[in-house]
Amino acid sequence: MAILTLILLASIAVGVAVGSQRIDLTGIFSDPFSRTLFFRLRLPRVLLGLVIGASLAVTGGALQALFRNPLADPYTLGVSGGGALGASVAIALGWSARVGGVPLIFAASFAGAMVAVTLVRTIARSGAVVLPGALLLSGIAVNLIAAAGVLTIEYLTDPSSALRILRWLIGSLDVVGLAPVGRMMLVLAPAWLLLLAYSRKLNLIAIDEDTAATLGVNVRRCESVVHALCALIVGVTVSAGGAIGFVGLIVPHAVRMMFGEDLRIVLPGSLLLGAAFLILTDALARTVLSSGELPVGAVTGLLGGPVFLWLLRRRQQFAAM
Amino acid sequence: MSGPLTFEARNLSYAYGGGPLVVNGVSLTAAPGTMTAVIGSNGSGKSTLIRMLAGLLKPRSGSILLGGVALDAWEPRLRAREIAYVPQSTATVFPFPAIDLVLSGRAPHAVRFRFEGGHDTEKAMEALELADAAHLASRPFTSLSGGERQMVILARALAQEPRLLLLDEPSSSLDLKHRAALIRTLMELRRTRNLSAIMVTHDIQMAGAFDRIVALRCGEVAASGTPDEVLSEPRLRDVYDDPNVRSRRIGNQTLVWADL
Repeated sequence: MAILTLILLASIAVGVAVGSQRIDLTGIFSDPFSRTLFFRLRLPRVLLGLVIGASLAVTGGALQALFRNPLADPYTLGVSGGGALGASVAIALGWSARVGGVPLIFAASFAGAMVAVTLVRTIARSGAVVLPGALLLSGIAVNLIAAAGVLTIEYLTDPSSALRILRWLIGSLDVVGLAPVGRMMLVLAPAWLLLLAYSRKLNLIAIDEDTAATLGVNVRRCESVVHALCALIVGVTVSAGGAIGFVGLIVPHAVRMMFGEDLRIVLPGSLLLGAAFLILTDALARTVLSSGELPVGAVTGLLGGPVFLWLLRRRQQFAAM
Repeated sequence: MSGPLTFEARNLSYAYGGGPLVVNGVSLTAAPGTMTAVIGSNGSGKSTLIRMLAGLLKPRSGSILLGGVALDAWEPRLRAREIAYVPQSTATVFPFPAIDLVLSGRAPHAVRFRFEGGHDTEKAMEALELADAAHLASRPFTSLSGGERQMVILARALAQEPRLLLLDEPSSSLDLKHRAALIRTLMELRRTRNLSAIMVTHDIQMAGAFDRIVALRCGEVAASGTPDEVLSEPRLRDVYDDPNVRSRRIGNQTLVWADL
């Protein structure tokens, strides 16, 4: 954990330091332009990367354990897609409104994610068994449906909203000011902690569902809670950063390779490494083009897609399921 | 906890979905320190019965009592300290090392938010040795053969330190030597820990070494009693519904086979 914390701190330093506009860090205190750039744009962006990366990675780790499927992640299971559809509806309708202090886009996105995860779970579960193939296929189907829904909304809505949806959907960490990140953390921090508190039970479920049940775990209840938490976390992050793919796939695997299979280590490890990973990926996305920036979602997709295929290939070798 | 508890199933019935009853009015009792074998042909309801006893299936009717208290009224973690379940097979996707799997058996004894301590690791190693699988400790579970997996899963149940062991065909992938070793281990644990066991098996030799045998046919108890009573030729022909079944006493064991 100490190593991962160091990696995270280092990546924060890198994330803050690089960008299309160089900021002289010593000038923050003297030069008002640098200061504004740093506190209004650069730092919030790095923090948003931290929050979203950590969220996606930890939900990826939890979903993999819950479904006993190393290819599960919020993106492949359609949870991000569902969240994106919910959020697009909110954007198209111009819902900047809030309900009881909660931004409506959070609520809509959470609802979409929750519908998606419930659908995928219901379809893939046959009795006590979650069929791994059916799980991923229903995830793909939900993603396609959600994407079609988003397209429909883009088509029907006015061009400026459509463009906003398009830009946001690819996944980007554009943010102004620290307030949005703070709002997200109000929801995310408790959800993270609750999810981590379930890591022992998830570890037993990852080994075997029946065994977990006879070891005193209420599997159904644990499943419901973890599903809701994952939908909440993914919903909130999608509504802020779009559907950034494959973070939840790559990061937990990297943590497993470094520290073994124990979920009680994989989950907090994914939280830290996921944050570092997305900060660095975003730093790369901002600097790889000499003019302008790539959306971070495109970079994670380009990196993560091949990793997914490699995992699929490797998995076929020792488990014909 | 208090002293040893009697485990009792009364009139259990079960049907999958709207299908026919696959277990119908089965009762059995496991007093502390008794070994009960459940035999019967394929599809006779053995696994369904043991899954109900383990709390994995909810009986359609009837009741399961542990120490006079309904099984589902027990706090799950406390129940897990009394009863351990050895499934037919465990399909773990992630390459957990065998020792981690065995350590998971310590979960019902663990303190919240704390990792297993040296004491738990000791118990886990002890259980692996009892199951004759100590040499597998650091191997990834996914790389083990079917028989090796069964040994590790048995160790996991033993690390749980239950007073009742429910086993679902624990020897189906074991070689002759390890089958005998399994029986010896169970008998040894009965002597040292007053362990009781209910085991579903196709292995008549193993069943013959137990105290009692319950024979199922089409979900109902066709015969029940000591091995001498149940393993007689006419009884077995009735249980398996096959006139070719033969049975002979040799020494203190019963040899059962079917004419080809």
